[in-house]
Amino acid sequence: MSSAKTFRVLPGFRLTLGYTLIYLSLLILIPLAAVFLKTAELSWGEFIAVVTAPQVVATYKLSFGASLLAAAINAVFGLLLAWALVRYSFPGKKLVDALVDLPFALPTAVAGIALTALYAKNGWLGQYLEPLGIKVAFAPLGVLVALVFIGLPFVVRTVQPILEDLDTELEEAAASLGAQRWQTFRYVLLPILLPALLTGFALAFARAVGEYGSVIFIAGNLPFVSEITPLMIITKLEQYDYRGATAIASVMLLFSFVLLLLINGLQAWTAKRTGRDR
Amino acid sequence: MAGATTLHLAGDHASRFESNAATRETPLVKWTILCIALGFFAIFLLLPLVAVFVEALRKGWETYVMALTDADALSAVRLTLLAAAISVPLNLVFGVAAAWAIAKFEFRGKQFLITLIDLPFSVSPVIAGLVFVLLFGAQGWFGSWLSAHDIRIVFAVPGIVLATVFVTFPFVARELIPLMQAQGREEEEAAVVLGASGWQVFWHVTLPNIKWGLLYGVILTNARAMGEFGAVSVVSGHIRGQTNTLPLHVEILYNEYQFSAAFAVASLLALLALVTLVIKNWVEHQAARSHKESQESAS
Repeated sequence: MSSAKTFRVLPGFRLTLGYTLIYLSLLILIPLAAVFLKTAELSWGEFIAVVTAPQVVATYKLSFGASLLAAAINAVFGLLLAWALVRYSFPGKKLVDALVDLPFALPTAVAGIALTALYAKNGWLGQYLEPLGIKVAFAPLGVLVALVFIGLPFVVRTVQPILEDLDTELEEAAASLGAQRWQTFRYVLLPILLPALLTGFALAFARAVGEYGSVIFIAGNLPFVSEITPLMIITKLEQYDYRGATAIASVMLLFSFVLLLLINGLQAWTAKRTGRDR
Repeated sequence: MAGATTLHLAGDHASRFESNAATRETPLVKWTILCIALGFFAIFLLLPLVAVFVEALRKGWETYVMALTDADALSAVRLTLLAAAISVPLNLVFGVAAAWAIAKFEFRGKQFLITLIDLPFSVSPVIAGLVFVLLFGAQGWFGSWLSAHDIRIVFAVPGIVLATVFVTFPFVARELIPLMQAQGREEEEAAVVLGASGWQVFWHVTLPNIKWGLLYGVILTNARAMGEFGAVSVVSGHIRGQTNTLPLHVEILYNEYQFSAAFAVASLLALLALVTLVIKNWVEHQAARSHKESQESAS
């Protein structure tokens, strides 16, 4: 404690910290605690019955499965896109760089109806995909497409700054020691990029699991087929089943907390590996 | 969680890599990577954006203008602006206060506090709406007290504002904390020693240093506030002309099969997103320039 009580030159510590804690508690912590307290009204058996009901379990499988797959797709293509943006010059590069953030800025409902229009049976892409037997809109594949859209900037924007900061000397050393370009990437660059890539993956995954707006339009929301977990909460709420809704919400919240801690750990690892503060 | 959205300052250094034999790929590899990356970009990002505008104008300008000047659309615009006008300043003040406490002082549990501030990023928007239904809904903790005093929060404007504040909570704080931590506290301490008051220090020393980061955070907050769908959808009750924001209006029109009108309203939101990206780029450019200038004057 004594080290924290050293003389402070700057004013406003109590005021700003106090305000921060009160605002945080009133707006975020107390409301989130309400979810767990409401869930506690259920007995353990009832809770388990709600959160392991077959229809709910089907939504976990879709939400977590599609989110993992989407994050993996984004990790691969996001790395390629970040690489292209940092390493190559091409016309329209500034525009591409700026538009990578589109999923952050575009309201999810807009993304949802736009993707549905593209992949529906008579849509721009759907008309070519459906004859091939690939049904995207109103099917689980549609959920995946929406989650890929939502998650892409997370990977690009975590990997890009690390790539920009890389010294060329590492690759020069590898090349002068006779390494092939692919070997340099595999054994020199990838280990450096890995923490950032995993952070981007985890961020995209966390966002995808909770995503609602962009998914519900394209998913079709068929029970046991294309229902996501957040939709399950809404369905229960609309049936005035508040306890059921909060039980599922607390499962999702617990999962988010674990993921958040994991991401913090990954970011600390990235900082250590690359010597950056963020 | 905001790591992916924080302001970063880097110019274009592609030539540095392309001119060096050790850091470039063979043309075949380079063009393959470029084609895959840009193809993916075009299909997953560009095409949906183009689709919004094409679908919006499919039935001509007249339908487009009618959809936007419809009374329900206009009331949705007003409510969206109102929600943003309340939540942006609230979270701006919070962000500055939190960043001041965290960046300028040492205390125990600081890292934990930062994690807590990040929480709303990792909570599903649906849950962000649900919590306010649990607190203020008819069956909620304060439900009976509120209805006895004839105050409506859920399925009314206050609920929409609360949900918006919740989902936009961390943006400004997450932008400012790393920025102010990097800047340290020497300048402010010098100002205090020279006799400046707390407010003077903030206005004349801190604010000029953080203005670009602050603006960046405000833009992100505003974009999210105007575009939020999931959280607002849970607390809104979807009362046309009363508790409908623009994204909710898009949903209603879409579900009524008024596709052109839905896309017309959506195009308004897409324009907002594009304007956000333009301002964001401009801010990054300005921040990079002032960062460079301060480095040059320091050396």
